[in-house]
Amino acid sequence: MAPTKTVAGDGSGLVEMSWDPITRIVGSLGIHTKIDFKQKRVAECYSTSSVFRGYSVFMRGKDPRDAHFITSRICGICGDNHATCSVYTQNMAYGVKPPHLGEWIINLGESAEYMFDHNIFQENLVGVDYCEKMVRETNPGVLEQAERTEAPHAGEHGYRTIADIMRSLNPLEGEFYREALQVSRYTREMFCLMEGRHVHPSTLYPGGVGTVASVQLFTDYLSRLMRYVEFMKRVVPLHDDLFDFFYQAMPGYEEVGRRRVLLGCWGSMNDPDHCDFTYRNMSDWGRRMFVTPGIIVDGKLVTNDLTEINLGIRILLGSSYYDDWEGQELFVPHDPLGNPVDPRHPWNQHTIPAPQKRDFDGKYSWVMSPRWFDGTDHLALDTGGGPLARLWSTALNGLVDIGYIKATGNSVVINLPRSMTKPETTFEWKIPQWSNAIERNRARTYFQAYSAAMALYFAEKALEEVRAGRTQTWEKFEVPDESIGCGFSEAVRGVLSHHMVIRDGKIANYHPYPPTPWNASVRDSYGTPGPYEDAVQNTPIFEENPPENFKGIDIMRTVRSFDPCLPCGVHMYLGGGRSMQTMHVPTGLSGLAG
Amino acid sequence: MSAATAVDEGHGRGQAGEEPPLVHLLWINAGLSCDGDSVSLTNAMQPSIEEIALGALPGLPRVAVHWPLIDFECGPVQGADTFIEWFFKGERGEIDPFVLVIEGSIPNEKIKAEGYWCGFGDDPDTGQPITTSEWIDRLAPKAVAVVAAGTCATYGGIHAMAGNPTGAMGVPDYLGWDWKSTAGLPVVCVPGCPIQPDNLSETLTYLLYQLTGAAPMIPLDDKLRPAWLFGATVHEGCDRAGYYEQGQFAEDYNSPQCLVKVGCWGPVVKCNVPKRGWMNGIGGCPNVGGICIACTMPGFPDKFMPFMDAPPGSKVSSTVSHSYGGVMRKLRSITASTVDKEPKWRHTGRRITTGYRPPW
Repeated sequence: MAPTKTVAGDGSGLVEMSWDPITRIVGSLGIHTKIDFKQKRVAECYSTSSVFRGYSVFMRGKDPRDAHFITSRICGICGDNHATCSVYTQNMAYGVKPPHLGEWIINLGESAEYMFDHNIFQENLVGVDYCEKMVRETNPGVLEQAERTEAPHAGEHGYRTIADIMRSLNPLEGEFYREALQVSRYTREMFCLMEGRHVHPSTLYPGGVGTVASVQLFTDYLSRLMRYVEFMKRVVPLHDDLFDFFYQAMPGYEEVGRRRVLLGCWGSMNDPDHCDFTYRNMSDWGRRMFVTPGIIVDGKLVTNDLTEINLGIRILLGSSYYDDWEGQELFVPHDPLGNPVDPRHPWNQHTIPAPQKRDFDGKYSWVMSPRWFDGTDHLALDTGGGPLARLWSTALNGLVDIGYIKATGNSVVINLPRSMTKPETTFEWKIPQWSNAIERNRARTYFQAYSAAMALYFAEKALEEVRAGRTQTWEKFEVPDESIGCGFSEAVRGVLSHHMVIRDGKIANYHPYPPTPWNASVRDSYGTPGPYEDAVQNTPIFEENPPENFKGIDIMRTVRSFDPCLPCGVHMYLGGGRSMQTMHVPTGLSGLAG
Repeated sequence: MSAATAVDEGHGRGQAGEEPPLVHLLWINAGLSCDGDSVSLTNAMQPSIEEIALGALPGLPRVAVHWPLIDFECGPVQGADTFIEWFFKGERGEIDPFVLVIEGSIPNEKIKAEGYWCGFGDDPDTGQPITTSEWIDRLAPKAVAVVAAGTCATYGGIHAMAGNPTGAMGVPDYLGWDWKSTAGLPVVCVPGCPIQPDNLSETLTYLLYQLTGAAPMIPLDDKLRPAWLFGATVHEGCDRAGYYEQGQFAEDYNSPQCLVKVGCWGPVVKCNVPKRGWMNGIGGCPNVGGICIACTMPGFPDKFMPFMDAPPGSKVSSTVSHSYGGVMRKLRSITASTVDKEPKWRHTGRRITTGYRPPW
């Protein structure tokens, strides 16, 4: 089929372009835009994904102990995050605290999940947007410049020029592309050592794990971990070189995917010395997590209190294929501390699907609109793909100090020990100037090093337990007839919460909220657009191609920087026919575009 | 991953200018799915996806894989390098042969007045999504083989659980269990939640060999599973089965013993994971402390819930094995203490007592 150019029928002279389905993400996502090629800008952007499965519907009435097995299947790349979050939720509901060793094992498994997932996504999915083949097809001028630009850290990663880095990322032919696939495998071996199998764990249970904790288990993990540590000593400088080059080659590129700093992080990796899974103490043990929770607005930390974070969550409708639950039964009027719980909180949500035709002027989405209510506004938080918010929150909080990692208040220092052929190395992630596509991607690389550093600490703590003979990994529990629970964690892509209500010993209500519904949320009942909309509609177009050969690489880089995961998101939509504010054509563009 | 490009750039392995056939793989991940089977396939090592795509095994045909998860192509529908265009080409008969891979269960789109449960790309005429079932209607009759990847696509799986709103089912339920492709193949089912990585890469490799004429009709059982992968039960390949025989059952999840009393369905589940390991021989389910929840089976998940309760059928057999296992364990412990000692001729001193007669 010959490419067809459709001029929008609204007299605006805009060109309609759609990408559906988008490749190199997880799940099915379509992006529908109207583009102003004269101004080199995206004027309007709509997003849609078309799969509804209905977990909250079919989980009702089931045994609560089945929840982590079922919710893991929400997602094929971060299912273990759901299983973990569900186990946290069940621990709270059953009043059980797993043995320390069980918690260290979960932390080691989840660290490996970060290492695997960020690696495969960064190099084999996102990386292709920055590979030689892609840049040649979208910005030949930039590739010429990359050929002439020496990589500042060539000594660390071995690639002489930026173009050499780009070539190594070419799909299948690229050496680094293929190496990353191998790395994604031994990191999954590390994961399987701790949680049985990937991505849906076999050895996780409420109360702990079934993993047999032996010296062998941790030796097998540690040997692979040190290979990854060595790998990161090459990868961090490699990506710094590549991403810095884009700023240099295309002045103004910081505007690609940029939006206001509105970041959420729910905290990750519990410290068993403090976490007892009680709601009462959640504010305290939340602050003891090895990734500190926090909500950041315009660079300021609003709160790091998980109880406050929990009570502020609202699920709004507005553009989604659901009937509202207003007036339906309130499951949880008060939290265990006596605080009132809003009817639009996940504990009180009812999911009532209402399939209908897609109408970009009306309802067009299976995804809802999670927001965080600060007392005045319903904030459309994003996660920056996960790592950006995690590093930002941890840095600002300044609470983590475990030797391998130290949060300073404005940065995170990551100390990696000597490995087989490389000396001890320190990386410092500093809070960036912008929340944009490049910084989301850069943070992803730094968080891989952060995960490896955490895992070194967890492995030491676990081995202490084993050497002391404390090898119990699971604690027994009873399922109460009536109870509630909530779990907070950081999935790979960001904030993850599970909320459960038990009645008569069965699940009466269960609502998981992964990061993608936040990032990809639709316009809510107040008309507030979701994070993708901001980011995509703020994206200038640097691509050199005319409409006939247009690939939309800057739009794709923006969308992929959030690491979309549609099975987690269910369905999404980006914006609704809103005109974009006029912006300057980036200064470097005219020269490059010829 | 459009391997065709890589192939065109010098990976043809035809002998003396003979061009090997090009097989297209059209992958639809937009059933009711989590993409876990796609992700899992990137984990395969025997062979790996890059080995399949680059033809690293002798005699494989050239392949062009159109796979959303890692495809290079991502251009706009109205511009260059449109991913979805390959599916329209398949429908028009312009790529032949092609294998259709389906991931996720198939919802029943007829149970509602309008809208869609799941779609893949847009219909240029209506602007509405093309449902996954419609793609199957369009493409299955032209496919040389249809592969259902994962328990959702094979038998409905977790999304077809009791109480689900979508009426989900597996591909054989949708197409018919006696459906045959243009090459006479039934739906090839590779169950697993997710698929064990090598199980799927091995099945795809087998089919590629079959398409070149190098291998006979793929042997499938009555549930359309590759017979060599799903012929044995979990229990038959489980290294904790010895504990079962000796009547040693875990009472909780701290134990290295048999997990049947705390929820393992392994004795009645067809799956090779404990025998094969999850990947590279590492990981698994009951062999490493994770109860088998039967995620490869047509009855999954409903017939196995609540997962953490003992399967009702296991009670009688575990009671029996508990009594005779005790006797066996006693006898074995006697033998074990004997074989745990070295023979008496291993010693220092001036005399050899091994039975050898020295000539001096």
